[in-house]
Amino acid sequence: MTSSATPARAPVPEGFKPPKASLHTRVLPGFKWSLGVTLTYLSLIVLIPLAALAARPWEHGLQGFLFNLTDGRVLSALRLSFSVAAAAAFLNLFIGLAIAWVLTRYEFPGKRLMDALVDLPFALPTAVAGIALTALYAPNGWIGSLLTPLGIKVAYTPLGIFIALVFVGLPFIVRSVQPVLAEFDAEVEEAARTLGATPIQTAIRVILPGLTPALISGFSLSLARAVGEYGSVIFIAGNKQNVTEIAPLLIIIKLQEFDYAGAASVALIMLMMSFGVLIVLNMIQLWISSRGQGAAK
Amino acid sequence: MSARAPTLPKTAGAIGLTATAILWLGLIIVLPLVVVIFEAVKEGPSPYLAALAQPDTISAIQLTLLVAAIAVPLNAIFGLAAAWCITRFEFKGKGILLTILDLPFTISPVISGLVWILLFGANGWFGGWLRENDIKIVFALPGLVLATVLVTLPFVARELIPLMIDQGTDEEVAAVTLGARGWDVFFRITLPNIKWALLYGVLLCTARAMGEFGAVSVVSGHIRGLTNTLPLQIEILHYQYESVAAFACASILTGLALITLVLKTLLEWRFAGELAAHRRH
Repeated sequence: MTSSATPARAPVPEGFKPPKASLHTRVLPGFKWSLGVTLTYLSLIVLIPLAALAARPWEHGLQGFLFNLTDGRVLSALRLSFSVAAAAAFLNLFIGLAIAWVLTRYEFPGKRLMDALVDLPFALPTAVAGIALTALYAPNGWIGSLLTPLGIKVAYTPLGIFIALVFVGLPFIVRSVQPVLAEFDAEVEEAARTLGATPIQTAIRVILPGLTPALISGFSLSLARAVGEYGSVIFIAGNKQNVTEIAPLLIIIKLQEFDYAGAASVALIMLMMSFGVLIVLNMIQLWISSRGQGAAK
Repeated sequence: MSARAPTLPKTAGAIGLTATAILWLGLIIVLPLVVVIFEAVKEGPSPYLAALAQPDTISAIQLTLLVAAIAVPLNAIFGLAAAWCITRFEFKGKGILLTILDLPFTISPVISGLVWILLFGANGWFGGWLRENDIKIVFALPGLVLATVLVTLPFVARELIPLMIDQGTDEEVAAVTLGARGWDVFFRITLPNIKWALLYGVLLCTARAMGEFGAVSVVSGHIRGLTNTLPLQIEILHYQYESVAAFACASILTGLALITLVLKTLLEWRFAGELAAHRRH
């Protein structure tokens, strides 16, 4: 198990092995050329723009930055974005694991179609997902009209944001766990069963620990995506100030008021919080993997 | 190490779990697809076609294609250059380079749009200079392209890097030793080896470029017929309560998403050995 929780969608290949013929490495042409293009492009498209973002909130000094952040509206938007994103990623942990399990362990008609459909939230533009979910969960929608008599409101409440983020985050967990589950050593499981473990005991005490790094990595990716998600959320959220106004929307509102420093402050704190959470999750994952390896010896 | 062969779900627990997973996917993922198509054609075919024939919608489709036609080749060339230097040479700072390469996946799309306003907007770093020289970047095509390029930057590179690490450099080094020149090595050896992974990356990049909403929304200015891409047109129509028209536009993007999924799945089955390991099925 060599997965690592980087803030990337795909797992970063760990411990970059230099090509085997390291003596010959510089035999190949194009080093300066390709590195030059790469560095120039990354600087122009990623680094300089991010520098502009990092520099902007300080127009009115540290105080201006802090003033922007302690505003009640900003605080409640950040709280909403991070808490609902965490809740959605948490639910997806269980559902994603169940779907990955079914896809790797069982054979049934339509399985390949089901496997392909898992990626739909990656492929479907967020605005499409947004209006489709709104149409389903609005009080007169297919699902909304079933829930309204029960007193459950989904669209235009935080619950609607939750549903949208569950939709968006599902593939991250399934695709992180699926390959690990597919390669899980059958003999270890059989050994546990032979020694008298019930199927549920085997699942919880033998398989689950092996999956933990992949689960954490999927959770991180799903959370990072959900915190910044905009298109699939704004239609179903209703965007009521202090109630269903997410942080990315607040950035846009501040921009429309020409409050560049305010918009940049919210953006910068969002990025810092996301990176903080990702680093902590990454450390937990490393700690678990190293402990697991220690126990195996 | 031997993996377990999948079997028919036999026990009650297994059948229950399978049924739950299918139901959940149906409810959360398939139902939104169905509702898009249903809402688009619920008043019959002629309102649907009329909605698509609106001049604003047609210019939105053209703009979406144009933005993708500029952004995707840029990111494909960048992806090839980045994968070449990262997988073919050893140098200091490679880890940092990879981290920067992945940043666009972590940044909110809204922030990926915001940064261009901070650079080129009226109050941005270069705002005054651009105004003096009468150059428009934000609220115009260049801004839409820049925002799309930033959001989709890693897609091609991320498909190529793991595959090119797997493949190693033996063939290329042999060619150079036998006297092949730079571009010959690339076009005759590297490119044939990575062509399916390149196509896979371009496919994902294109799908995202055409569907991008948040980043483009920030830099567009929503000028109808001028800077509205198809996803932005959906938003405008939705808020004008033109439901059929909004879902008609959405149905085009849904069709694109389904085509993307089919092509992606075909590539995964047919050319599994020539894609990065985590893409193989």
